[in-house]
Amino acid sequence: MSASGPRSAGRTRPRGRWTDRLLRIYVWLVLAWLFLPIAVMIVFGFNDTQSKSNVSWQGFTLKWWGRLDEYPDLVVAVRNSLLIALVSVAVTTVLGTLMGLALGRHRFRGQGATNLAMFAAISSPELVMGASLLSLFISAGVETGFATVVIAHVLFSLSFVAITVRARVVGMDASIEEAARDLGATPWTTFWRVTFPMILPGVVAGALLAFALSIDDFVITQFTSGATQTFPLWIWGATRIGMPPQVNIIGTLIFAVGVAVAVLNAVTARRRGT
Amino acid sequence: MTETQEGAGAAADAPGAPPVPAIELDGVVKEYLAHGEVVQAVKGVTLTIAEGEFFSLLGPSGCGKTTTMRMVAGFEEPTRGTVRLHGRDVTDVPPDRRDVNMVFQSYALFPHMNVWENVAFGLKRRKVPSGEIARRVGEMLEIVALTGREKRRPREMSGGQQQRVALARALVNRPRALLLDEPLGALDLKLRQAMQIELKRIQREVGITFVYVTHDQSEALTMSDRIAVMNDGRIEQLAGPREIYERPATAFVAGFIGTSNLLRGTVDRVESGCAVLRVGAEGRVLAAEGAHRAGEAIAVTVRPEKITISTEEPAGGLSAVRGTVSEVVYLGLYNSYAVSLADGAEVTVFQQNALDSTSTAERGDAVWLSWQPQHSYAIGS
Ligand SMILES: Nc1ncnc2c1ncn2[C@@H]1O[C@H](COP(=O)(O)OP(=O)(O)OP(=O)(O)O)[C@@H](O)[C@H]1O
Ligand SMILES: [Mg+2]
Repeated sequence: MSASGPRSAGRTRPRGRWTDRLLRIYVWLVLAWLFLPIAVMIVFGFNDTQSKSNVSWQGFTLKWWGRLDEYPDLVVAVRNSLLIALVSVAVTTVLGTLMGLALGRHRFRGQGATNLAMFAAISSPELVMGASLLSLFISAGVETGFATVVIAHVLFSLSFVAITVRARVVGMDASIEEAARDLGATPWTTFWRVTFPMILPGVVAGALLAFALSIDDFVITQFTSGATQTFPLWIWGATRIGMPPQVNIIGTLIFAVGVAVAVLNAVTARRRGT
Repeated sequence: MTETQEGAGAAADAPGAPPVPAIELDGVVKEYLAHGEVVQAVKGVTLTIAEGEFFSLLGPSGCGKTTTMRMVAGFEEPTRGTVRLHGRDVTDVPPDRRDVNMVFQSYALFPHMNVWENVAFGLKRRKVPSGEIARRVGEMLEIVALTGREKRRPREMSGGQQQRVALARALVNRPRALLLDEPLGALDLKLRQAMQIELKRIQREVGITFVYVTHDQSEALTMSDRIAVMNDGRIEQLAGPREIYERPATAFVAGFIGTSNLLRGTVDRVESGCAVLRVGAEGRVLAAEGAHRAGEAIAVTVRPEKITISTEEPAGGLSAVRGTVSEVVYLGLYNSYAVSLADGAEVTVFQQNALDSTSTAERGDAVWLSWQPQHSYAIGS
């Protein structure tokens, strides 16, 4: 018995080291696979390219950062994209949070149908949703444009917020809210002082997801935008004649903001202890 | 002792008038609808809890203790009946406007707030000036021995510490009654016993009414002034610990609290206020009190430690039955005997182990069991 300890340790040690190394290589491969395209996007924002097509490395430059507004329609498209994202995320976050609270906390008639509808909204192909939205707007006599894009974006991102919030609500001890009421808090105070801080990480995660979905949506936006240009639509148009480095820079900025908010959410959630 | 002032103020009655009880439940019924069926969780509870009392609700799992307490706190509305706090009908008053606070079994601490913020929560809701909040929270943390841990988050604390935060968070508001739903349920035995003593000390110190829910009979017996033993949505007996233990009112109470022997027999005659039961051929059991008629079949209880084992026939004034020792178990401080009676009933007897004990019965011995008449009571069936 006493001999088996060291012997087995001696046998497993090198094998452990070998699998460790394999695991580390695997992790780096996955990270590379995920981040290489993003790295390329960022790097080519600094490319000193002369031609219209920004595909081969010509040397480092910062000049594109100073010429972000070189293409007026690009500026308009980016502004539209940001506005659409902000408005739709605001609407989605409020509606989705309320939905998540209801689904996680209460049993009610139509709950199963609501869950099904949410799942359908997530899993139905964008092409189908875009086409059907377009025919809906046309048959309802609604002119497509900024508003219809917002409606469409709320529609496809609502389920994501509802689901992330519901997950928080389900994992929350209901007696914590009762304790707040017991200690003299009104339903309103209880929500803002206790419930909301506790579901906040879920709300932020859902909002981030909704923002990410909205800012780069192409298919559904294409169907519902009418004459309104957005950033992805502009890029799609530009690819036929060559994509300027400004596109890479704007992409980099959007990516940086997303990462910053995600990190902030993770850090404050840990600090709050929730 | 400043803690009692708010609570005692309104209850100070005019001399002569009976004191206003802290809590009154009057014919309270709670029905739930579960899967289309009506479930009665509480089936008509009437009780009165006095100011400053340590009152326990004791009963097995699912008997309706939590439901009863939640109706006092205001989380559930009774289907029928009324709830009064200090004489005021609060049946329709929401929990945030009742003068009671609750300690939850799961503690229900706010995970996103530190200890200090948790304890100060109730005072802030009541718009207490911040200087006074700081003073009272500080005092309260001292009482529960958590001074210096104000900045900790609940999840950075042990179960016992969280329990004390929950207690402080409720007590700091100086409620007129504190409701505790199995507050020690999640703690291990040692900590549990330490916290029982602690709770009792705190109750004496702040002098407010405690309503304590537990399914642990020894906990209820050691801590309470009075106990309501509940079973299946009803109160089986409401009395002090000693009476509950020594004079269980029903077979359920007798069986639920400690070990108890149940003897059945027919009333032979009634002698000077004592019903004399015939048990077996030679046995007689005297049951004090209770109006019984000859020929009536009744059941009586007697606690194992009240019974004496002997080989000789005991004196006339005692209850006495004959049996055979079927099992002897040495339990250190005492021996536990199982004695079979002629009619098949089994009686448990605890006999203290004296050093010079000579009268130890062995397995298979024919023995007499005897006890004083006042130690057996006829119970409702
Ligand atoms: N919301 C509810 N819906 C349906 N039935 C309920 C509900 N709450 C409680 N009950 C039922 O009412 C009965 C009493 O429950 P209660 O929680 O009061 O028991 P308890 O005495 O506190 O038990 P425990 O010691 O296990 O906590 C149980 O049978 C329970 O199933
Ligand atoms: Mg309970």
